[in-house]
Formats: sequence, C-alpha cells, structure tokens
Amino acid sequence: MCTYNTEKVEITGSGKGASGWFSLTDATVYFDHPVHAMAEHTLNIDFLNPARGPSARVAVELTAESARALAAAIEAALAAVPAALVS
Amino acid sequence: MSEELTAQTVSLAGFGGDEIEAYLAVPDAGATARGSVVVIHHMPGYDSSSKEIVRKFAANGYAALMPNLYYREAPGANPDDAAATARANGGVPDERLVGDVAGASDYLRALEGSNGKVGVIGYCSGGRQSFLAACSMPLDAAVDCYGAFIMSTPPPGMPLKAHPIANLAPDLSCPLLGLFGADDQFPTPEEIAELSKVLDEHGKPHEFHTYEGAGHAFFAVDRIAYRPEAANDGWQRIWDFYGRYLAS
Repeated sequence: MCTYNTEKVEITGSGKGASGWFSLTDATVYFDHPVHAMAEHTLNIDFLNPARGPSARVAVELTAESARALAAAIEAALAAVPAALVS
Repeated sequence: MSEELTAQTVSLAGFGGDEIEAYLAVPDAGATARGSVVVIHHMPGYDSSSKEIVRKFAANGYAALMPNLYYREAPGANPDDAAATARANGGVPDERLVGDVAGASDYLRALEGSNGKVGVIGYCSGGRQSFLAACSMPLDAAVDCYGAFIMSTPPPGMPLKAHPIANLAPDLSCPLLGLFGADDQFPTPEEIAELSKVLDEHGKPHEFHTYEGAGHAFFAVDRIAYRPEAANDGWQRIWDFYGRYLAS
C-alpha cells in the first residue's frame, strides 16, 4: 500500500502551477512513494487550492534528508527576519 | 502471438450508472474467442505505466479494460493530480469500486470475440480491490499484486478509508493468484500467510508467491521499486494462471 500519515495545513499564499499563478489555501504533507523522484519513499508536499480543482496543485517530492534541510532553511530564513515583519 | 493490438479511451457505465473514462486494449487476432481482464490501477492513478499494463494484456491475447477510478473527482486532470485529490479524499469507496469493476466486466463480456470469461488484476491499493471485486461478483480469475488491508486496518493517521475485508472470503467467486514482496510492510508476509489460512479454511483455491529481495510495487518498471527478477517471474505466473482460467 502506498499511503502513510498525511498532515494537512491551511495556508495563505500563492503558487505557480502548470497554468500559472494561483492562490493557495491548503497544503498536504506526507511520506509516501513518489511519482517521479528516484527513491523508494519521499516527503511529498502538495500546495493546493481545492476550490479550483485537482489541477490547482504544486507538488514536490523530496528525500527525507532534503526535506529536513528545507524545513531548517525555512525556519532559519524566518528567524533572520525582524519580528515585526513576520508577526 | 502477433502482439498487434488496438488501444483507445472509451466510456463505460460504472457505479450508479455513472459514465466514466476507461482505457481499452484489444488484440487484433481475428475471430478467435478470447478471455478478458479488468485492470485496476494502483493508488498513483490512471497513469501511463498502468495503460502500458493494459496494452501488455492485449499483446498477450486478452482484451483488457482499465476504468479510471478517479474520474469522478478529477475528470480530465493529469493522473498525478487526480491521484493526489483521491488520496486526500481517503481513496475510492469500496461500493463504488465494485460498481465500476462490474461495469468494466459487463463491457468486456459484451465485446465481439469475448469467450465470456473475465478476470481481474489490481496493483497496490488495486490488489485489495481485486480481492474485493472477486468477492462481490462472478469472475473467473483474480490476481492480487501486493494489496494491503485485506486482513488489517490502516494505521492511525493514514487518510485511506480502507477496512479489512477478509470476512468476504466465503464469497470469493474464483481462484486467486497473489504476488507479493517479502520486504513489503503493506502487506506484511504475516498478513499474506493469514489470508492464505482464511482462504484454506473456506476451501477457496489460491496460490501465493512472495519474492525475496522485493518490496511494494516491484512490477513498476518506472520506479526504483522495480525488481525485474520478481516482475518477470510474476508475469509468467499471471500468464500461466490466466491461461488456465480465462483462455478458451
């Protein structure tokens, strides 16, 4: 079976998909078999706007090591910003 | 075997009479009566590699039809986008799956050249669904390729709404071939052994093969999980099995 835990989070922002930019409302994060990456399992993130249909999706598939590095980079980038800008 | 075939997208009446998309491949072998196979795609969806499998059956003398199980959620979407939507929704409801496979089975039996025999095969989530279909309607042969959650419930946190269906074993309508990887966690070798025991208890003919050095999705030629030795032997088992139960 190809399904592991899925984290869902509501988000606000924009993403660029196959048809250009669109507003994002949701993200799902899960560790599963990838569609494209050459690994048995990857950390997959779907940036979504379900109200705009299944194609309103920006997908990434990252090795576990890459995903951890990305999460740390996001935290580091946010930590470096003056608090007033990210509150 | 000429391996000549015709493949196309068709529409069939699935669960509730819904018109859904399906991929059909038929051998160009003239008037010889032939068996048919309903192909149930894996959880990643109605994709190119699954269509390749449909054509492989036609190249080997069977009419094959694969319903797009995610068509309702995502008509016209790319297969990976459709699969992501279906995944987020918890997969395909069992009742709908049964209706879609029944529609595909009826479609195949009605095709010119059909010998009236229809088998089913499913990969990944489709493995469980192949067993489910074979317990829910008259079929002639069923193949389960590494389907999980026939014996067990998905762990907490999994979005999949699958539930155990081993209780359906008394209704299994045809012989079952199971092809599994020894390194797979979904299903584990222990679950496979339990299923075999249940089928034995009900006198249901089945043959299971578990390949060492292979895990989940070992048939998937475009994935790192591909294990050619297991897949090649698995295909031989399928041709032998369908040859016995589906061929004229």
